[in-house]
Amino acid sequence: MNKLVLSEEETMLADMARGFLDGAAPVSKFREMRDAGQTFDRALWKEMADMGWAGVLVPEDAGGSDMGFAAANVIAQEMGKTLVVSPFLSTAVIAATALRQVSGARAKDALARIAAGDVTYALAVDEGIKFDPDGTQMEARADGNGFCLNGKKQFVVDGVLADRLLVLARTENGLTLFDIPADRAGVERTASNMIDARDAARITFDNVEATGDDVLGAVDSAMDVLKPALQAGQAALAAEMSGLSAGAFGMTVGYLKERKQFGVEIGRFQALQHRAAHLWCEIEVTASAILNAGRMLDSDPENAELAVSLAKARATDTAKLAVIEGVQMHGGIGMTDAYDMGFYMKRARVGAEWLGDYSYHAEKIAAARGF
Amino acid sequence: MTGDSTDGFRAALRDWLQANCPEEMRDGAMTEEGICWGGKDWVFTSEAQKLWLERCAAEGYTVPTWPVEYGGAGLSRDQEKVFNEEMSAINARAPLQSFGIWMLGPALLHFGSHEQKLHYLPPIARGEVRWCQGYSEPGAGSDLANVQTKGEDKGDHWLINGQKIWTSYADKADWIFALVRTDREAPKHKGISFLLCDMNQAGVETRPIKMISGISPFCETFFTDAVIPKEQIVGEVNKGWDVAKYLLTHEREMISGGAGGLAGGGRALGAILSETMDGLDDATLRADAMRCEIDSLAIGLTLERYKDQSEAGQGAGDASAMLKYMGTELNKQRHELMMSAGGSDALEWDGPLGNRAGDWLRTKANSIEGGTSEVMLSIVSRRVLGLPA
Repeated sequence: MNKLVLSEEETMLADMARGFLDGAAPVSKFREMRDAGQTFDRALWKEMADMGWAGVLVPEDAGGSDMGFAAANVIAQEMGKTLVVSPFLSTAVIAATALRQVSGARAKDALARIAAGDVTYALAVDEGIKFDPDGTQMEARADGNGFCLNGKKQFVVDGVLADRLLVLARTENGLTLFDIPADRAGVERTASNMIDARDAARITFDNVEATGDDVLGAVDSAMDVLKPALQAGQAALAAEMSGLSAGAFGMTVGYLKERKQFGVEIGRFQALQHRAAHLWCEIEVTASAILNAGRMLDSDPENAELAVSLAKARATDTAKLAVIEGVQMHGGIGMTDAYDMGFYMKRARVGAEWLGDYSYHAEKIAAARGF
Repeated sequence: MTGDSTDGFRAALRDWLQANCPEEMRDGAMTEEGICWGGKDWVFTSEAQKLWLERCAAEGYTVPTWPVEYGGAGLSRDQEKVFNEEMSAINARAPLQSFGIWMLGPALLHFGSHEQKLHYLPPIARGEVRWCQGYSEPGAGSDLANVQTKGEDKGDHWLINGQKIWTSYADKADWIFALVRTDREAPKHKGISFLLCDMNQAGVETRPIKMISGISPFCETFFTDAVIPKEQIVGEVNKGWDVAKYLLTHEREMISGGAGGLAGGGRALGAILSETMDGLDDATLRADAMRCEIDSLAIGLTLERYKDQSEAGQGAGDASAMLKYMGTELNKQRHELMMSAGGSDALEWDGPLGNRAGDWLRTKANSIEGGTSEVMLSIVSRRVLGLPA
């Protein structure tokens, strides 16, 4: 049975991750990176790889730890709590899941490099302001034995520093996913100055050449490879956002217990107690949806779509509430840059849009539930 | 996704259900008329209802997780899941519903003596005795521990005087479990006892209260020199609040489960709304309904998660307050949406949509009974978040 309870191994993994991240990547570390304009800490990523995190979804025969989707969610959740910056989602979750759908020595080698922390990926799907893979317009025209890619992508998370790009483009009879080095001729990356101070790029593809070997999976059948990868990414992102909610909530409850006004801790006021209690309830309910998504991806990935969309929709909603309430209950100090709450608010907003916003996932759920 | 361990059970159960569940009982009736409450005065609405109850009771399936010696089937949590799945697969009605099953039973299983369990539980399981709950009083609503109904120690019995209110179905119940003040000097939580009282005796009177939904599920119950034998106390004298709180967590789970019965296993809201609104072409209503559906599914999973946790020995503790709050608030929203989708058809008593209006009005009590939403939030705030009182 798929129990909606963390197993002993998962609990240990969470504890271990928390222990490591509290030391190596607290929120103050993110602040330093933000202040320095830094969006990737290669040494930190290498350490994560050494712990098996980069290879969390890589098969053991390719050097991975192959712990599964629920475990990836556990790691993502702990990362969210302290706003860790890493290519975990783009590389270890999305790219690894995509590569796993493909057989052959090339994919296996790529997976091994991911597990070792030697290569990072970014997923280039969005072309407009909203996530809409099915509406992809970017063209990959058949050209001799290969393809010629032309078009624009935006909101490519981790796109500026990634070594490789997974690019979704339209071919003659459908969509095709390309796996190309980010420095290939004709690829021009522009850093987006993101509100959450993380790496994201706008990318222009100007007559970029791709061969048949660059196609991940089959031509015109991108979704065979991409759909599982997107689902894994959406679930892990939901988990990261639930960690983010928990982080913001922890700060807020702590503040309610220490901040005094009118001569007493403000946590004595019922108006604030009930706001905090309501937020906790929402966080708890969302946690169930996330756990369920991990279980479904591990046990029945073909039928995980509803579970994944439910997790992402709920996580998006809850994170929004957590940061809005967090700032409100902190009062003026919550609005200052010197205080961390604003970081949570900005990260939550970016997470809300990435890989499908609330409406996108609500529509998926509606379709599955007879609307 | 079922493991091997329950496959045999599932197959046997499926055969048993096919052979034993009467056709008429396979309509999944959730309506008031479809429910079998049992009790001494129960009049079965059909021969099939009677047969279904008897057959289930013989197997322990009215209370599948209770121990066999107390009238249950001794099912594990995994088996219970299978049981619920197979029951809903054929759309079978619950053979019996009662406060004995949902509230008193769990409290007796936890706090009762072996003799009490043997004496009181099997008749509940067989649907022979119907119980009601005597908790609230005119002066003890959200401040439940303020109960004033007086229990005087008369040596071999307690003498009870006072008034209870919102005693659901008291006019149809055989017995009542009640919170009674047995020590007037002690602090309010420490002078309460949990007593079991036969309602068919001198000094116990009950009167229905007509509600906004047009029905009278709630009553007032009056005790005037009612006699309760000494052995009809659950737990220790003056420690009834512990029993009361434990029972309340079950009541809250029941309310949130019922409210959330919708959730998880329940019918999709989209399908219900589409029955009256072709294609659900009202964009605002559709968006609200989608949000409601998302929250229902997530709350349904949360019910599952807490059951799994408690079976894994990770107590859910005060989570019942959370489930009660979230489940009932959501159920109110859900019925608001169903009223909207029903338009003017929903405005008639027993109109084209049946009792939709009555059901809608009834849900307004969900966030009041068993502890208001505000009380639930205060419980979470104090016991979970540790905010100062």
